[in-house]
Amino acid sequence: MAPREVRLSTTPTLEAIADLRLGDIVYLDGLMYTAREGVYMRALEDKANIPMELPGQSAANFHCSPAARINPDGSFDMGAVTATASFRFAKWLPEWMAKTGAKLIVGKGGMTSKDYKDYFVPNGAVYLSTVGYGTGALLGRGVERVEAVHWNEELGLAQAMWVIKCNRMGPFIVASDLQGNCLFERENAKIAGNVARVYEGTKPATLKRYGESDDRTDEVI
Amino acid sequence: MGAKMIPLSLIQSTAETLMDKAAIEIPQDYLDGLQEAARTEDGDLSSFVLKAMLENYEAAKEDRRAMCGDTGVPRWFVKLGNEAQVEGGMVALEAALRRATANATNGVPLRPNRVHPLWRTDHDNNVGIGAPEIEYGFEPEGAWIDLITVHKGGLFGTDYRMLFPSDGIEGIKRFYLDSLMAFGKRGLACQPAIIGIGLGGSKDICMTLGKRASTLRVVGSRNSDPEIAKMEDEFKELGNSIGMGAMGFVGKNMVIDCNIEVGYCHTGGLPMSVHAFCLSSRRAVARIQADGRVEHRTDPDWFTPYQRRETVEWDTVKEAAE
Repeated sequence: MAPREVRLSTTPTLEAIADLRLGDIVYLDGLMYTAREGVYMRALEDKANIPMELPGQSAANFHCSPAARINPDGSFDMGAVTATASFRFAKWLPEWMAKTGAKLIVGKGGMTSKDYKDYFVPNGAVYLSTVGYGTGALLGRGVERVEAVHWNEELGLAQAMWVIKCNRMGPFIVASDLQGNCLFERENAKIAGNVARVYEGTKPATLKRYGESDDRTDEVI
Repeated sequence: MGAKMIPLSLIQSTAETLMDKAAIEIPQDYLDGLQEAARTEDGDLSSFVLKAMLENYEAAKEDRRAMCGDTGVPRWFVKLGNEAQVEGGMVALEAALRRATANATNGVPLRPNRVHPLWRTDHDNNVGIGAPEIEYGFEPEGAWIDLITVHKGGLFGTDYRMLFPSDGIEGIKRFYLDSLMAFGKRGLACQPAIIGIGLGGSKDICMTLGKRASTLRVVGSRNSDPEIAKMEDEFKELGNSIGMGAMGFVGKNMVIDCNIEVGYCHTGGLPMSVHAFCLSSRRAVARIQADGRVEHRTDPDWFTPYQRRETVEWDTVKEAAE
């Protein structure tokens, strides 16, 4: 069955978010900003003033560094955009959401259902994953224009806060819902049943490593 | 008289073209592999992902924009025929490759990914200490140089382990599966990928062999050792039988191909590394001839008989007779 396609505003209503189902394909309209470790540290640890009106202007936080440049005349060229893995940002997200009212966290790989239940659901937020993860050129086509770049002097182009105007930007895939369910955990659970069969006959290494898990059905994030 | 000097300006302009091609054009061998995967995939989410990827390659080429926003870490493999001569020597060549990397980062544009590991300093041009990496190989004959650029992405999909002869093939399989499981979940490895396995060498060379197996060999190539070639087939099949596909969704396509490279190692050990060259398998190659002709291709053709030589001397006459 082909997945359902949905168009969604980057300042979505509660009803629009509540209507999203795991595995829906989403296309975004409106302003979205990039923020990852550099922005989180500067805003939350160094207490710098966030140079945008949030969530009024945008409730969509993209874990992304674009392939882009700032031209000598101050204009921007953005080629491809792709997300970076989000689980590394879990330590900042609760505070970030409380501060900015972000409702859509857009990135790669999702978070755990525990993260979703602990602070996504109470904040009325869901997670959207990029697809592939390499559909950078398709996503780039959905960038109508770059509105602004903040903190590029302080953080460099890759970590700067890029504000982009999305026009049917996508595809993204709904990876969490307002009940805190996790698409990736659902898929992992389906695959887990097959793991023992695939490993049959293989043997553990002679020299052990101090490790974190030997259960292949465990999550790694 | 030696062969004609290859002009530095030609090296730099060719390198800039390669940077652009690598970022934008998916190599045909990988595209064929992915189209085949899309044909056989029956997981509904995995199928959607593969279809989106195929559309993405088209969009990248049409718009001349990078296929992925993470444009990887540009690096260079330079191969020289034994008679090749470069204007200004190898120091000048390295400068030209660094200039090309910086210019193309701004020109395409690419993402300026390279930062200092501690201070996170970003020159916004993918050049810095040890970046881009430039590695060399040589061939017994010819006055050409091959420029190969690889923009491998990824923080995930790579692992190393010191195994031992007693671990044997079943231990090798276990570590291979562990790597695929760990990095395949949630699609962190951006699979389906070209999986490269390095076996042997010392620790650093084991990593190098595996990295080169994934990035410098094309989909459908096989190791010249028929027993290793059989392992490659078997490991591809094994990886695709996990039941995990693109993005870690239920599916049957995780490994577009599996390439294994070996090097002689310490008699007591069996070091192993695993690498994944992702959905945006960025590589581009050009041969610059001594007369200035430039021939573009996507097969690095790195692992020649000479690169895999086993003996003290290299007898070109004997090689030709075989």
